[in-house]
Amino acid sequence: MFDSDKWNERFETLSKNKLRTFLTGFAVFWGIFMLVILLGAGNGLKNGITNQFQDDAINTIWIWGGRTNLAYKGLKPGRRIQLENADYTFVDDLEGTDHSSARFSVRNATASFGNLGGAYQIDAVYPDNSYIENCKQVSGRYINDNDVKEFRKVTSIGMGVVNELYKDVDPIGTYIKLNGIPFKVVGVYSEVNNREQMRCYIPISTGQRVFNYNNLLENVQMTTGDLTVPETVALAESIRENLAKNHHFDINDRRAVYIQNNSENYQEVLDIITGIKLFILIIGAGTIVAGMVGVSNIMTIVVKERTKEIGVRKALGATPLSIIAMVMQESVFVTAIAGYFGLISGIALLEVVSNIPALQHDFFSNPQVDINIAIGTTLLLVFAGALAGFFPSRRAAKIKPVVALRDD
Amino acid sequence: MLKLNNIIKSYPVGGGKLEVLKGIDLHIKEGEMVSIMGSSGSGKSTLLNIIGILDDFDSGEYYLDGQLIDHISEKNAAHLRNSFIGFIFQSFNLIPFKNAMENVALPLYYKGIGRKKRNEMALEYLEKVGLREWAEHMPSELSGGQKQRIAIARALITNPKVILADEPTGALDSATSYEVMNLLKEVNNEGMTVVIVTHEHDISEMTERLINLHDGKIIREPILV
Repeated sequence: MFDSDKWNERFETLSKNKLRTFLTGFAVFWGIFMLVILLGAGNGLKNGITNQFQDDAINTIWIWGGRTNLAYKGLKPGRRIQLENADYTFVDDLEGTDHSSARFSVRNATASFGNLGGAYQIDAVYPDNSYIENCKQVSGRYINDNDVKEFRKVTSIGMGVVNELYKDVDPIGTYIKLNGIPFKVVGVYSEVNNREQMRCYIPISTGQRVFNYNNLLENVQMTTGDLTVPETVALAESIRENLAKNHHFDINDRRAVYIQNNSENYQEVLDIITGIKLFILIIGAGTIVAGMVGVSNIMTIVVKERTKEIGVRKALGATPLSIIAMVMQESVFVTAIAGYFGLISGIALLEVVSNIPALQHDFFSNPQVDINIAIGTTLLLVFAGALAGFFPSRRAAKIKPVVALRDD
Repeated sequence: MLKLNNIIKSYPVGGGKLEVLKGIDLHIKEGEMVSIMGSSGSGKSTLLNIIGILDDFDSGEYYLDGQLIDHISEKNAAHLRNSFIGFIFQSFNLIPFKNAMENVALPLYYKGIGRKKRNEMALEYLEKVGLREWAEHMPSELSGGQKQRIAIARALITNPKVILADEPTGALDSATSYEVMNLLKEVNNEGMTVVIVTHEHDISEMTERLINLHDGKIIREPILV
């Protein structure tokens, strides 16, 4: 199958016609290079956005109290709707609820340990908040049910707080002062989003008692388990209906409570990403086709330019098949090599880009190309090279030696 | 060696057709050195192309070394050309991006002979035409006479039965023309059949037999001594 002498001959022909070889190869090189860059950029966008969503559980619904905008049953607009423990209980009891939590936050609270102190956020929450916020436990434990039940003054603090307040001291078991009140540190967590590592989580019950919130809540969160996107939309609507009834506001008053359905948002983003990837794929396919047409064009010109040479070869005993093989092998060889270089250069550039921190962005990270796609593209190229070479080579094989040899 | 009976060949021109060869009867024996003469348009090149299986013909019979050549496939024609016939052209037709040795070796490539053996043989034949030390030179670095001698080496390398030369001296001055003709005579002396198309009398006088072509017909065939 592999005849080294034959390939020697091809290689010589190509190396002695450098400009022609370069021009043919460059079209393919550029096509593949751009394709890899495009695919990589698409993946970078996807990775970036997916990272953004990894911050919190994806299938969450968040509920905030707002201000009424419409008059309802004699009540004036502009009334504040304040969520309460009863609202959390209602959400917690819903059939579609997987995990649920409620919270209120004390922003710009002071936290201090020993001589060090700073402004952080205190969040009073239920244990499931860890799941909803996607907190990673670094050491110790998170707030648990007993902490809530027994109003314990315990806290799970973020890595950001630990880094700033605890120098070479294990925070577990120490007492940290939150707005002057000592809490026992039972755990340390980390988060993807650095801002959310600057928090101290305490049990909701303790928080309401210590900071005089009574039964008030700032927001309620829940995850929806395996529910489909339309099901979560229906669920969110039923929650709104119930809140409207309990808090006496118009169901059509969208500002009375804010309900954010992340599943729905995530689905929208996924749809956009799918669209972008499809778009990139179409452009990529177009680029390859353009490259192929380019190669085919150049090979056609090459055949025309080499008419005489082909005639001489035929007079010396070249069969039509050997002429077809000659043109096609040259075409495949050039496309495969140039395509391979395009692939390598594209991947190298992506590698460089993903290692420059300045080019990392919230919505763009780690642009990479699937190795299977890379291999598939290379194979496609060899095929494309064969196809691009086929028609010109067939034309070359049909040239009569006497026509090719005519002096003009 | 070559036997042609009533060969007719025409080319389509506009609506009708132009008859170039109007019934050629020709017999060239093994080891002969023959020149075909005729004015421009007499059909001498067409005749040579038919003999070389580079072109087909409309009717008649053509035997090459006893083998009937009639509507054979391109592939068979290629094999016949490769093993029976060596071509020499007016414009040399060397491949510009191959050096002298590679040009001479090319017919052996189509015979399936390995590179090393091919190049060895090519050097041998370059030696024979006195251009051994020019083996690595590209055609563009050679004079017309040198190019034609390389073309002759290329034609000889497969040890063919017939050498067909289409105006081999047409692009050369008279001194080099004679050199080339002497080379062809030497080849003929070794027993190869040589057919030369020319329109120069001094060239045709160097051959053993002259075939005069006029308007697609052989008009006389004087025997030269």
